Amino acid sequence: MEMLSGAEMVVRSLQDEGIEHIFGYPGGSVLDIYDAIFQSDKIEHYLVRHEQAAVHMADAYSRATGKVGCVLVTAGPGATNCITGIATAYMDSIPLVVLSGQVPTFWIGDDAFQETDMIGVSRPIVKHSFSCRTAEEIPMAIKKAFYIASTGRPGPVVIELPKDVQNPLNKFPYEYPENISLRSYNPTLSGHKGQIKRAVAALVNARKPVLYVGGGAIIANASKQVLELAEKLNLPVTNTLMGLGAFPGEHKQFIGMLGMHGTYEANNSMHNADLIFSCGARFDDRVTNNVDKFCPNAKIMHIDIDPTSISKNIHADLPIVGSVEVVLQQMLDLIEETQATNDSESINAWWDQINEWRAKDCLAYKTSDTHIKPQQVIQCLYKVTKGDAIVTSDVGQHQMVAAQYYPFKEPRQWINSGGAGTMGFGLPAAMGCKIAFPDRPVVCVTGDGSIQMNIQELSTCMQYNIPLVILLLNNRSLGMVKQWQKMFYGGRQSHSYMDSVPDFVKLSEAYNHIGIKVDKIEELEPALIRAFELKDRVVFIDVAIDPEEHVYPMQIKSGSMEDMYLSKTEKTDA
Amino acid sequence: MRRIIAVLLENESGALSRVVGLFSQRAYNIESLTVSPTNDKTLSRMTITTDVVNHAELEQMMKQLHKLVDVLRVTELTQSAHVERELLLVKVRTVGSEAREEVKRTCDIYRGQIVDITQNLYTIQLTGVGSKLDAFVATISDASEIVEVVRSGVCGIARGDKALRG
Repeated sequence: MEMLSGAEMVVRSLQDEGIEHIFGYPGGSVLDIYDAIFQSDKIEHYLVRHEQAAVHMADAYSRATGKVGCVLVTAGPGATNCITGIATAYMDSIPLVVLSGQVPTFWIGDDAFQETDMIGVSRPIVKHSFSCRTAEEIPMAIKKAFYIASTGRPGPVVIELPKDVQNPLNKFPYEYPENISLRSYNPTLSGHKGQIKRAVAALVNARKPVLYVGGGAIIANASKQVLELAEKLNLPVTNTLMGLGAFPGEHKQFIGMLGMHGTYEANNSMHNADLIFSCGARFDDRVTNNVDKFCPNAKIMHIDIDPTSISKNIHADLPIVGSVEVVLQQMLDLIEETQATNDSESINAWWDQINEWRAKDCLAYKTSDTHIKPQQVIQCLYKVTKGDAIVTSDVGQHQMVAAQYYPFKEPRQWINSGGAGTMGFGLPAAMGCKIAFPDRPVVCVTGDGSIQMNIQELSTCMQYNIPLVILLLNNRSLGMVKQWQKMFYGGRQSHSYMDSVPDFVKLSEAYNHIGIKVDKIEELEPALIRAFELKDRVVFIDVAIDPEEHVYPMQIKSGSMEDMYLSKTEKTDA
Repeated sequence: MRRIIAVLLENESGALSRVVGLFSQRAYNIESLTVSPTNDKTLSRMTITTDVVNHAELEQMMKQLHKLVDVLRVTELTQSAHVERELLLVKVRTVGSEAREEVKRTCDIYRGQIVDITQNLYTIQLTGVGSKLDAFVATISDASEIVEVVRSGVCGIARGDKALRG
């Protein structure tokens, strides 16, 4: 049997797991692993400028491809800098394996230099974690980590590797385990047959159904089944922020995103539905508004691979534990077999009602002669990219506007931090996507607050020539914070100004990228066209947008789903 | 509602901290927690007593426990026939033969045992349900001065055929 050191085992195990890209930052406690990486020609390592960005890159790489993202960092601050990234992945159920160094086993507990209890610090935000106390444990720990991260409800897994365990002088027999089974961990994939029958019956008998599709449908690769079911039964479909792209944004049965900044038609359809069929969505507070007033007449049907998501916020009348893909396929097969159909007359009447809500055209907005509206920027982006770009975003108004005005065609095209709401996610996320898909256009839609939270990564883009488009919706303020202050805090703009935003064009040029400033609407489209034509450069477009624009619709706090502000002057009658 | 949750989990480092962390992270209440390896040394058995506001909270708590990768089985004991026991060790100061005899008598009534003696101190061991131990502590404190009390927290098991096994 081949004899390898602990450090070599780490790299070989990753290779044997099929890992091609890894994101990280070296340091004292992982030097031996970095030395082994130096000698590997199979794993490409990307050196970031801050470990948080490494995790976001790996995370977005995973979101875009469906593969597991992989990160390597040193002990102490290297590990703790990963925490926000790990929390981001955890909230959105993204599979990651984060390898962190640790002080030698004989120093653990002595407050040694760069010692942090990474297992303890990360515990609430990981799916699982391992600490390898001998080199022989490494291959099995890595195998288990990838298996746990990628199966069931995916999530991040941390592996702590003390320095002495990596020692290149000590060699041990190496074999990468082929199969794995864990007696305490067996995720359920297929739905209970009785529940499938009941679900089909409920669905075909519903007169006002809504298909409520979340990020779980994307993770499970269930878009085909969602589309087939929706078309077969002529069901209206709404996507959560995390589910955008799971159902085609331009499909006639798509009624838009739902929730806090959802469309008038989506939120009204939910509120008035007699059946809500949640496919991999978890009734998040940004969706339900006040749970006591949530969808008063609806029966709730819920597929989720994670039993804890079912009946956590909203009681499910018909729970089905399983993968969205497998369960929907089971339902489709049963519909096919029994030739089950719904009553087209009542469904048509439901559509008439929905179309009335649609006619309100809640996403219409007033353009201005003096200011560029953020909505115009996203619509122009859609036009120039023909709807084909991978779009990453940061967090805030620009994120909501991108979600509302860029109808995503397919899953894994919209990459954003939905659960955690992590500012600083967008740029490293775009880098991870571009590394995964070098031939696809990738754009980071960002704000002047968010972009400055990981702007150092422009340097990483320079080092590895990762060409992206950064589209900055610059309103010289923390727009969403300001919107809330204007609406609910008497207009007192406490610390939501960014009076000192830098010259982003000069900043981009300092990193050898191209910067374009857009102040007038007529400059926007040419700038975007040029940016996407320059396929080998990072292009940073700084668009000065109307600083007073708000995001609407917006649900009214403590109200039901149908209670919304529709503009600065208009709201639904509560 | 007082509930007793029995958990069978991998006997691995970190498993206990994951369970305890889950309870604090999700603001669940722990009244007592006992844990020890089973006859199969790769497994640990845990008994948690908790106070939940309703059935939904209990169900969510049990699902969250089961979601932990290390956890094999989770069950609730109070909703069917079960046995629960707690161990009490109490050290009391007994000055004079009268006090000593009173302590001994009380101990016998409660079927406790005196497991250690010094010139002025008795150490008593007693098992039973929590309320019995409470009653004993109250009674013995009349006859002597309590120096130290230690209670194990509840251990529980289902009656009859039901078993929590790997």
